[in-house]
Amino acid sequence: MPATIPEDSVGLVEPQTLHFDQPLALACGRTLPCYDLVVETYGELNADASNAVLICHALSGHHHVAGYHSMDDRKPGWWDSAVGPGKPIDTNHFFVVGLNNLGGCHGSTGPSSINPETGDLYGPDFPMVTVKDWVVSQALLADRLGINCWAAIVGGSLGGMQAIQWSIDYPERLKHCLAIASASKLSAQNIAFNEVARQAISKDPGFHQGRYREQGTIPKRGLMLARMVGHITYLSEDSMGDKFGRDLRKGKLSYDFDADFEVESYLRYQGEVFSESFDANSYLLMTKALDYYDPASDCDDDLSQALSPAKCQFLVVSFTTDWRFAPQRSREIVNALVAARKSVDYAEIEAPQGHDAFLIPIPRYMDVFNAYMGRVLSTIPALEVDNAS
Amino acid sequence: MRAELEIIKQWIKPGSHLLDLGCGQGELLSYLAEHKDISGYGLEINSEDISACIKAGVNVIQQDLNSGLTNFSDNSFDVVLMTQALQTVRRPDMVLDEMLRVGKESIITFPNFGHWRARGYLAFRGKMPVSKFLPYTWYNTPNIHFCTFNDFEKLCRQKNIHILERTVVDSQHRDHWWVRLWPNMLGEIAIYRVTK
Repeated sequence: MPATIPEDSVGLVEPQTLHFDQPLALACGRTLPCYDLVVETYGELNADASNAVLICHALSGHHHVAGYHSMDDRKPGWWDSAVGPGKPIDTNHFFVVGLNNLGGCHGSTGPSSINPETGDLYGPDFPMVTVKDWVVSQALLADRLGINCWAAIVGGSLGGMQAIQWSIDYPERLKHCLAIASASKLSAQNIAFNEVARQAISKDPGFHQGRYREQGTIPKRGLMLARMVGHITYLSEDSMGDKFGRDLRKGKLSYDFDADFEVESYLRYQGEVFSESFDANSYLLMTKALDYYDPASDCDDDLSQALSPAKCQFLVVSFTTDWRFAPQRSREIVNALVAARKSVDYAEIEAPQGHDAFLIPIPRYMDVFNAYMGRVLSTIPALEVDNAS
Repeated sequence: MRAELEIIKQWIKPGSHLLDLGCGQGELLSYLAEHKDISGYGLEINSEDISACIKAGVNVIQQDLNSGLTNFSDNSFDVVLMTQALQTVRRPDMVLDEMLRVGKESIITFPNFGHWRARGYLAFRGKMPVSKFLPYTWYNTPNIHFCTFNDFEKLCRQKNIHILERTVVDSQHRDHWWVRLWPNMLGEIAIYRVTK
């Protein structure tokens, strides 16, 4: 809990729910009759609405990007390190929008919402949503907020995929695309990890074919296992070694199957916390959206061709020890952009933290991020200072 | 630097698509963007230089020249440039091949190890030359493959690389008539424009 709000924080913030009545046709062929999107915004929109920045979240993220909901919050929003006054996405200059994507479990319409056509929970009947669908819903959100063109769309991991898709589907509606620790498609190994997570959830006896809520239960063990596997892949061998080594919880081996090593109890704890805060059906949907993403598949697997409609400038960033979204995946994006003669900057940040590095304020990373956002800012008119008083 | 930019500028056609190897803080690309409306990218590995390029609006890609240019396709650039970096790469001959594969032509500048001062330093002091322009000692220098103009031109002949233009200047990038008389002895920096 923050005793006082830090000066470089956006402070206490409140989410808002926006309702959309217009049916949304999805890539899977089904249609959402209506839906809600939960959003948070920080900073002020300028007169010509040219200073808006959209933050797209990753697998387990949501609309609460920065700041605190109450003075009792243990932690700020998930990307507080990058969003706030004086931070790379500087809320003194930018109007920042974070949302919870469709299919999520933090307030936007998803499997834990009521299906208006049946009056029951959607549960496993919630339609499969894709990165492309999210981008469409985000464009409708932009319309609602009066934002015709984003100064920048920023995302890490699965969020970077959404930023890239924006550049393809709405080339006129963003000036800059920042894809951090991302990829233009998942590798077989990556899909394999997601499948282990999905199997862990769907084979849990508490899953009940996705109808667990009606049974008054959740597939807790499955979610825990899914998160534990995921968590391992978000860290590097070195960062786990530094954090836990072979440290023993009780100072000696117990010669039973309880958690002997610190790393075991850490993973159990992480799994436990996650299983209580994340919906199993949402997790299944989000991992599928990751697996399906491959914009080049519409263009004979030619990513450069797929990116050819883009008009924005790109920043691509990767981290040396990230093996889930390895630097090579980012270089594929860069090479495709170069072949398509797009404006792109690429930085490969030396960092021991693995995939999680994109959430950590590593000095060189923040340096690159600041430099690029400074460039974004240089092309938009300054916020009018209120001199009325 | 300024004079070098001036010389290179004259060799670049307006609107060219360029690749600058070891682009530093992007001075050359910025200058050519301003005066010749060029597009393209710089490659760099130094992190401060990369941030400086990003700030300046120069498209920079973090990439080690020693790993080759295999991610760029044949003839994808009008000109591939490399200023003052040839002597720092592990295999200058291979980098030269790669430059002329991805670019239709190349502009290369490097310091002349055959300059009379370098020759004198080695001949009379018996030590590797250290000067204001090349301030490193042998064990910490990034310049691992020094050559003379004659060495470079011999390599070009062996590889059937055509030298389209050559300007030889002093360390201040000034062009003197006497440098032109005996460039390999009197010139400190050469600027070459070459093609296959």
